[in-house]
Amino acid sequence: MLDQSTVSRVEMDWSGPERLTMNMGPQHPSAHGVFRAIVTLEGETVVAVDAVIGYLHRCHEKLSETLTYAQYPSIASKTDYVAAMTSEFAYVLAAEEIGKFEVPKRAQYLRVIVAELQRIASHLLWLGTWCMDMGGALGGGATIFLYCIRERELILDLFEALVGARLLYGFFQVGGTRYDIPDGWAQKCRETIDVIDSRVDEYQRMLEHNAFFLARAKGVGIVSRELAQDVGIAGPLLRGSGINWDLRRNAPYSSYEDFDFRVPVETDGDCYARYRVRMAEFRQAITIVRQALDKLPSGPISSRPALKSVAQIRIPKGEAYARVEGPRGEVGTYMISDGSAKPYRMKWRGASFSNLAILPHIIPGHKVADVVAIMGSVDPVFGEVDR
Amino acid sequence: MALDPPVPVVPAPVWRSFKDLQEWEELHKTRPEGDKHSALFESITEGIHSFPGGFVVTTAADAFLNWARKSSVWPVTFGLACCAIEMMATFASRFDVERLGMVPWASPRHSDLMIVSGTVTIKMAPMLLRIYDQMPDPKWAVSMGSCANSGGPFRHGYHVVKGVDRVIPVDVYVPGCPPPPESLLNGLLLLQDQIAHFKKTGRKAPPNPKVD
Amino acid sequence: MTVEETRAALASTFGVEVASAPLMSITVSPDRWEELGRFAKETLGCRFFSFLTAVDWKEQGLEVIAKVDNLDDNVALMLKTRLGAGVTTCSSLTPVYRGADWMERECFDMFGIRFENHRDLRRILLEDTWEGHPLLKSYAVDTPHPPYR
Repeated sequence: MLDQSTVSRVEMDWSGPERLTMNMGPQHPSAHGVFRAIVTLEGETVVAVDAVIGYLHRCHEKLSETLTYAQYPSIASKTDYVAAMTSEFAYVLAAEEIGKFEVPKRAQYLRVIVAELQRIASHLLWLGTWCMDMGGALGGGATIFLYCIRERELILDLFEALVGARLLYGFFQVGGTRYDIPDGWAQKCRETIDVIDSRVDEYQRMLEHNAFFLARAKGVGIVSRELAQDVGIAGPLLRGSGINWDLRRNAPYSSYEDFDFRVPVETDGDCYARYRVRMAEFRQAITIVRQALDKLPSGPISSRPALKSVAQIRIPKGEAYARVEGPRGEVGTYMISDGSAKPYRMKWRGASFSNLAILPHIIPGHKVADVVAIMGSVDPVFGEVDR
Repeated sequence: MALDPPVPVVPAPVWRSFKDLQEWEELHKTRPEGDKHSALFESITEGIHSFPGGFVVTTAADAFLNWARKSSVWPVTFGLACCAIEMMATFASRFDVERLGMVPWASPRHSDLMIVSGTVTIKMAPMLLRIYDQMPDPKWAVSMGSCANSGGPFRHGYHVVKGVDRVIPVDVYVPGCPPPPESLLNGLLLLQDQIAHFKKTGRKAPPNPKVD
Repeated sequence: MTVEETRAALASTFGVEVASAPLMSITVSPDRWEELGRFAKETLGCRFFSFLTAVDWKEQGLEVIAKVDNLDDNVALMLKTRLGAGVTTCSSLTPVYRGADWMERECFDMFGIRFENHRDLRRILLEDTWEGHPLLKSYAVDTPHPPYR
């Protein structure tokens, strides 16, 4: 017989909130890269998110001070590695702005073609991985992933014919581009984008008639207009929240003012709105590529002489902030040069760093499953976040 | 809901207690070699092998088991950086890797292979080691891309580990920045050749001068 | 506010020269930094916070640079402040712009600048136990870190 006085009683309190801190570690199945989210849960609802980044900090800004203007563009492509062309674009634009180098018209049009093709390839990868995250790798999600990779491979074939590399290119150089398009490339490009145009229609019909997709994307991850501007997100996130801002139209660079295209804007601010913005951007990018190929002028592809040594490009003292509209938003380079062959300070304004900063503000209140959907629609690339 | 994110209390990582790389390697020397079987198994197989004509049994068993091992190597999805995109392209439609039996699997507890694709940074290296430790033996590691081979273009950075072989033992190195899927498939086929030479004692094969 | 109105408002309130080329930028002393941020957001309408960073000018000390945009009128403005030689504290812009949160943590991580009034100032890209601030000019790019050398 137990003596009641020696038995300690534990009173369970079922009324208050019980919070669980869970780690979505740097390695997890949603294929976004090395990102750690320490989520505090109350049951199934997320109460707070602490995003730990820096697992891919590769010292870009410090390395840029040790590499010359001719050496760095290849390294710059490794920041936003899914859209390497726009990453290099930001760096060379800043160098050209300080040095006041003229870029020939043909090079500007080539840059536009390549940047828009890169936007299509990047959005295809986004669509594939987002649907795979929401659907599961062995479930239905792999369907869209495999289709999108198949289309993306067509574009990567074009890049391989142009530059020689599939993912990370050294196509941009200060003063122009490094390669010119080979014979037959323009015709192949037109055929490829016709194919992609029709297939993107097919994917859009597949997804928008799917009740599960709509349930997971509508009303999830709403970003208000005021929060969007305050945190500094850009790109499809900003346009999905109703703000009509696109650098290609508001601050045109590299002859974007010669092309006629619409900027898609949606007002809901949820994942579905961002999805619709990106799907519309497919169409607009295809339009721009067609116009650029039609109007491509002839001429030199670079205003600088061919590179004979790595320290050949010298830029006078000055500073500049150059920005391009990458697939994820405003990718910018703030560069301070001191007259030598290497920059004094280069700050990389990565689009995904600012975009990711919005997660602690919008995720609380959603369920755990929505964390993956929101992260996918924010579309971070950790080379840009951690630099 | 306006809630402040929690401030985590981060304990010091384990490698902080080591003065230098030599002390760190001492730790790994004392780890049990997972390749060895139990003493009873070793004595039985040695007995069969030394019996006249018994080598036929052991080599046939080896060949069968190695064929089984190499035909269903499951990689753990460990994409770190740009090479991860090329790894995903290798796993996807055009350069299908599932025809080799490789099903990319998120959990390290159920996988055989770790393809380290991307730069290993000092902050990520303990996590990489933890995932590698969670994989059961026999396990292999493929270092994909120049960042994982030797630090790559970021070798001179302060936060970059100069090659993943400073953290885990590597079986195949695939060069490139990033290696196109054809190169990665070549590396995976070389790994399958290595697995085919996995001997009955479970020791890793010596390098083959014809292909390595 | 248009570009000219912005320039006039800044010059009259802060009494300093507003540079116009290549970027419209204004340099104030550190004690007016938060006031400048608030003025830019509320009066000038620059509600889009682009980035915040710092530059190490060796003997002259550190400089904190922020860029804000007015998306409605297409105005880009750079706010700069020079902390003196040896000074590593600056007031924070987080009460004004929420995007300054992570940017200031990165400045702390890379330069060692302590931002007052920042709610949660800890390292963001490097580990919490890291010693040194890499983007200072006194830090070598290939500083070894045991046990990985």
